[in-house]
Amino acid sequence: MSSTGFFSSFKTSQRRQRQIALVLKYLISLILISFALFPIIWIISASINPANSLASQKLIPDNATLQNYEMLLTENDFSAIYPYTQWFINSLKLASITTLFSISITTMAAYAFSRFRFRQRQNMLRGILLVQVFPSLLVVVAVFLLIQQLGRVIPAINLDTHAGLILVYLGGAMGINIWLMKGYFDSIPREIDESAMVDGATHWQIFTRLLLPLMRPIIIVVAILSFIFVYGDFILAQTLLKTTEQYPLTVGLYIFTSGQFSQQWGIFAAGALMGALPIVIIYLILQDQIVGGLTQGAVKG
Amino acid sequence: MEQDVNASGLGFSDPSKTTTVSRILSRLFVLFIIDAFASWLVVSLWENSSVILAIAAIIITLFVNVVIWRAELYPLRWMLLGLVLMAMFAIYPILYNVFVSTTNYGFGHLLTKDQAIEQFENIKYLPEEGGAYTWTAYVSEGGEFAVWLQKEDGTSFLALPNQELLAVQPGEEGIGELDELGIPLTIEGYERLNRLTVVRYINDLGNLTFGEGENIVQITSLDMAAELQPKYIYNPDTDTLTDQQTGIEYVPVDGNFTSAEGDVLTPGFQIFIGLQNFVDFFRSPALRGPLVLIIIWNFVFAFLSVAMTFALGLAVALIFNDRDLPGRKLITTLLLIPYTIPSLITIMVWRGLLNPEVGIINSTLEGLIGWAPPWFTDPIWAKVAILLVNLWLGYPYFMLICSEALQAIPTEIYGAAKVDGANFWQRFWKITLPLLLVAVGPLLVASFIFNFNNFNIIFLFIEGGPPIAGASTEAGHTDILISYVYNLAFQGGRGAQYGQAAAITMIIFVIVTIITLLQFRFTQMWEEVGENV
Repeated sequence: MSSTGFFSSFKTSQRRQRQIALVLKYLISLILISFALFPIIWIISASINPANSLASQKLIPDNATLQNYEMLLTENDFSAIYPYTQWFINSLKLASITTLFSISITTMAAYAFSRFRFRQRQNMLRGILLVQVFPSLLVVVAVFLLIQQLGRVIPAINLDTHAGLILVYLGGAMGINIWLMKGYFDSIPREIDESAMVDGATHWQIFTRLLLPLMRPIIIVVAILSFIFVYGDFILAQTLLKTTEQYPLTVGLYIFTSGQFSQQWGIFAAGALMGALPIVIIYLILQDQIVGGLTQGAVKG
Repeated sequence: MEQDVNASGLGFSDPSKTTTVSRILSRLFVLFIIDAFASWLVVSLWENSSVILAIAAIIITLFVNVVIWRAELYPLRWMLLGLVLMAMFAIYPILYNVFVSTTNYGFGHLLTKDQAIEQFENIKYLPEEGGAYTWTAYVSEGGEFAVWLQKEDGTSFLALPNQELLAVQPGEEGIGELDELGIPLTIEGYERLNRLTVVRYINDLGNLTFGEGENIVQITSLDMAAELQPKYIYNPDTDTLTDQQTGIEYVPVDGNFTSAEGDVLTPGFQIFIGLQNFVDFFRSPALRGPLVLIIIWNFVFAFLSVAMTFALGLAVALIFNDRDLPGRKLITTLLLIPYTIPSLITIMVWRGLLNPEVGIINSTLEGLIGWAPPWFTDPIWAKVAILLVNLWLGYPYFMLICSEALQAIPTEIYGAAKVDGANFWQRFWKITLPLLLVAVGPLLVASFIFNFNNFNIIFLFIEGGPPIAGASTEAGHTDILISYVYNLAFQGGRGAQYGQAAAITMIIFVIVTIITLLQFRFTQMWEEVGENV
């Protein structure tokens, strides 16, 4: 192919090859896109299907209706048993509170790791990473027993409370996020703090007034990752929470798909679509930051 | 005080950071609050028999005290809350899991020994002799009972259900005149029952207990009532529990008080059993069989998931590596949509799509070829389904990573290879893949570890089913270790098996540790820490 010779015929054959390659590429993308979008399209279709089924052959079912959405969102006998709006609120509540605390904890810790020199600093950094090797979902049995025992003494963080669940999430807050943030702090020149310190600023002032505003991009990434993590958690919430009113969205939606005789696929489809919405929106708006953060974080850990 | 830190840290002294009396006082105040709370917590935990947790709380509190008091630990104050939360909710569970794996903690053995003994000592029985009363019953209009109890020595009491026995005289508490036997003719609000009418109520009366605390009386026959006696008495010296009714002695065997004849008392209690949980899994075929299947499938699942998602992701990335391809941006955005939906939700969507009764896929296949795979009931098809769904979920990630990594490979290398006569496949195997693996290798390991413990897809899609026949614990053909742990602890038909579940978790620990160590060598992460100072 690379050898010289019949130059003109080589050129035309190359062009034809390119055209064939292009057609092939579009064909493959068509297949791949169908594979990617197929479940999403069908779930939209099922959510407006009055029959409790995902088997409809038509994209837009006969008698398309919003009754599945209505069932979930308005007050009625169904939503009295399966309080979808409550689940939604719970999910948002758990994710935002955890994110807020998680950000405060990690930025402060990362500041200390970046700006102070103290004994065992490197070992602590390694240790924090090492703990993450066994995340709490792996020791879910011990976590359950821990919350059970703590809860007997402090009912506010007992099983079936959001506070207890949030504490477990926060136990994992220190981790790869500290590495991401420390890396970012390190990239901010120290001369900035040093000159402020000459002017009599305390560490706290430097941290809050000078560096935090500069940290905004990485804080956004870590906040989103933490929000998505909590929003998408299933095993911890399922293990620690008992009553339907306390469930987050993920555990609630699972009810619709798992009941042997009570699978509610149409309603599940509507609930799943609405539930996915916050995360899809976040992704679409902040795609580049998240991907950057993900690859960076993943490479490092 | 804190100037030391600044000196070693930034090399500047900080005028606002001198130690003053008010600083010391405020620190003392904070410490006082923390320690007061911690002491209360430790004592309460201890009283609740959560001894290990109490010890952990003591250690954490000591650490907090040291950090707040010692000047050179000033940097740690910046991360104190995070460290405490990490110690309590991330590190403690790991260590506690190790402990639990050496106990028989679980259904039938949920209590500590002290708690179990306390329960036994609260059990009462009705002795046939001794502490005897004759009784006369009264009933109120609302159907409530009162009983007049008389001892042989002539003392008598008014007894109301679950209330203290009252030694009362006529005129008190609504007691009327006594008859010749010393029994009140009337009690205000109640009607006296004679020997004929009382028969109607005898069952209700027999279920009631009168009195409070040590002194509890129950009706034993139409004539007699008797004081209940504690049925079991524990002797701490011999560590035996003696049944007062039968005289049988029970000694602790494997976490249950057991008689010489082999009668077992429940509830049992937690005991340290060393490596017994592991030995059980090794020895008992009914436990070992499923575990071996689960471990094999766990590795196969994780490996195939990574291999398939990486292969497809890379293939797609290669196809669309061409920056000039018209519509490239639109195509990649569309391909990334699955990635933006929380995977939990899409797993459940696939569960619906593949559902044999209502799912579109099976109804279409049946319409086309008259047959559809039994995704949820056949072990092989269930595994295929899980791998396919995981492929759908996972390949966009590698597509992203690979297309970034491909951009980083300098195009001159390909030019040179072309000149040397290398064809597409040679270029791919000899140049692209090796260079790519350097960048993506650690991510492949991370992805392997993630999938090794990918509870969500196994549980949300199929709950580990279909069940393995003949397994003595609840185990399914698609169960991986972590979902098996979850079954043992929270779902099992035999009740919670925390000890066994913790033992399986230890197996996961070992595997994950080994892979992680490999990964660390791979990425030279430790060295990176060193450089990062």
